[in-house]
Amino acid sequence: MSEENAKLTSSLLYLDNVQVTFDGYRALRGLSLALAPGEMRAIIGPNGAGKTTMMDVITGKTRPDVGDVYFEGRHDLTRMDEAEIATLGVGRKFQKPTVFENHSVNDNILLAARAPRTVRATLAAKGSAEITQNITRILERIRLTDMRERQAGSLSHGQKQWLEIGMLLAQDPKLLLVDEPVAGMTDSETAATATMLKEIAKEHSVVVVEHDMAFVRDLDVKVTVLHEGAVLAEGTLDQVSADERVVEVYLGR
Amino acid sequence: MSRQLDFAGWIFVAVMALAAVLVPLATLGTPDGAALHVPTYLVQLFGKYLCYAILAVALDLVWGYCGILSLGHGAFFALGGYAMGMYLMRQIGTRGVYANPVLPDFMVFLNWHSLPVAWWGFNWFAYAMLMMVLVPGLLALAFGWFAFRSRVTGVYLSIITQAMTFALYKEFFRNDFGFGGNNGLTDFKDILGFSLQSDAVKAGLFSISAVALIASYLISRAIVRSKYGKALIAVRDSESRMRFLGYRVENIKLFAFVVSAIMAAVGGALYVPQVGIINPSEFAPGNSIEVAIWVAVGGRGTLVGAAIGAIAVNFAKTYFTGALPEYWLFALGLLFVCVTLFFPLGIMGVLSRIRFRRKRSEVATGTAT
Ligand SMILES: Nc1ncnc2c1ncn2[C@@H]1O[C@H](COP(=O)(O)OP(=O)(O)OP(=O)(O)O)[C@@H](O)[C@H]1O
Ligand SMILES: [Mg+2]
Repeated sequence: MSEENAKLTSSLLYLDNVQVTFDGYRALRGLSLALAPGEMRAIIGPNGAGKTTMMDVITGKTRPDVGDVYFEGRHDLTRMDEAEIATLGVGRKFQKPTVFENHSVNDNILLAARAPRTVRATLAAKGSAEITQNITRILERIRLTDMRERQAGSLSHGQKQWLEIGMLLAQDPKLLLVDEPVAGMTDSETAATATMLKEIAKEHSVVVVEHDMAFVRDLDVKVTVLHEGAVLAEGTLDQVSADERVVEVYLGR
Repeated sequence: MSRQLDFAGWIFVAVMALAAVLVPLATLGTPDGAALHVPTYLVQLFGKYLCYAILAVALDLVWGYCGILSLGHGAFFALGGYAMGMYLMRQIGTRGVYANPVLPDFMVFLNWHSLPVAWWGFNWFAYAMLMMVLVPGLLALAFGWFAFRSRVTGVYLSIITQAMTFALYKEFFRNDFGFGGNNGLTDFKDILGFSLQSDAVKAGLFSISAVALIASYLISRAIVRSKYGKALIAVRDSESRMRFLGYRVENIKLFAFVVSAIMAAVGGALYVPQVGIINPSEFAPGNSIEVAIWVAVGGRGTLVGAAIGAIAVNFAKTYFTGALPEYWLFALGLLFVCVTLFFPLGIMGVLSRIRFRRKRSEVATGTAT
């Protein structure tokens, strides 16, 4: 128990025995996971393993039936709503790119950028050189400098994914949850995305869910394998791919 | 589109400002029958349209920019109207049929002996104006707080707004609810000591309505162009994404909803002295649906379009109900279907397409020469 306590307090994110049931289907069956501050973690697992559900639980979209979810060892995320959790410093990128299609690339970043979010503050908000520069820097990092005034809805699929990463950068959360960032990307886009994420991981803790093994290898971080709503294996990519049970899960279907 | 929209907006403001100045001059400064004379009935008719336009702008703020299709905005309009009506009732004083200095006629008729608390203070204009803002504002605040916190959206939200206005409709019909029942409030004599029958007052009310419409437009415009306005549009397009960015979506919606309700109430308060009556039929669910049609016809999410739509559709309604009364509802329904199918951006969409085409042909001739 005291060992568990030490793990809880030293972790940025701590999940213990989390269970989620949808209409009788057990999507998460006792999932436990601890992420150290500054760590980058890759999560892999077959379709339906519960990866997205795990992110839903962390961000407050789904309440677990059982289990603990703590952020920074003291914030009980199961008692907070989406906005509160986001304000604590948890950012999220969705599996399907979700940007504000009717806003320009610039305004998407502006809305995501760290700033007071109350009605009063946003009503009174004025643009400033500092904000403009911040957006410029982010656009450079996500390679959308030329697209600044374009409507986000008119971007390509890959560009939308990048814009979403840019929005996360602007939000500057302590923890980033990234769901399948390279799904539907070309090889060169995938490589560029890996570079972006590695750079982001220098300053942030990141959890990346991805199916693309080449991409995961490229990230070169600790890997957690999920299967049927629980952790099946953990370690380097080489270690887990040598694990018989993992091989069975991926090949035996 | 947005630059064109802004251009259209300024033209609209200029036209309204000119109307506010010129219409009183044309109706008061010229004799009957002169070329530029505007007959009083027209002034009143258009004054009424301007109040509808305020209501339409208010609805567009929440529907066009935040996706809240309120089908209960007629209730806020009517509540504003009742606040004004109550003031006007108490101004009648001893000139009523029963000549009771305090009680309006309908209360004497119902054998009431004292003024209900809800009516206290309405002899003061300032108090009535305060209530005109407070009552619809607080209703919108309470209603929105429950609805938005429990995340009721889309059709369900529209249905409960209809239920809200329907409930008020039923209440106001009852005599013992205390607001004149079926007959509502009427037989007004004067406002702030000026006779409502005089042409000058009628022209003045028209001008004030035009100014109030300009103000509603400019306030809404400032709101939607601020960073808050961007957040409002973002909520409309992807509410959950905004939550994950840390925005309190319910507060964002609530602010727009309350501002919009108050704006609608102002429209209602200006409407009542111009039409001379307010009764429960203003709460009828169908009225609120009509407002949504005006906005759709003018162009949702454009503000100016909403105002133009309200004026245009009501102008058509006045003509139709005179010429072919039994066909008006069919015409309105047909109009709505056509707009949704063929002109999703309404009148503003059509205008912008024309302007765009002209610009393109200018470019074409430019290269030819
Ligand atoms: N809201 C929901 N209602 C019912 N069932 C759900 C819901 N969300 C997820 N599920 C089910 O839970 C299981 C886990 O889904 P989840 O989306 O977490 O998987 P995943 O690991 O992200 O899969 P993928 O790799 O396909 O994205 C799936 O079988 C899914 O059908
Ligand atoms: Mg998933």
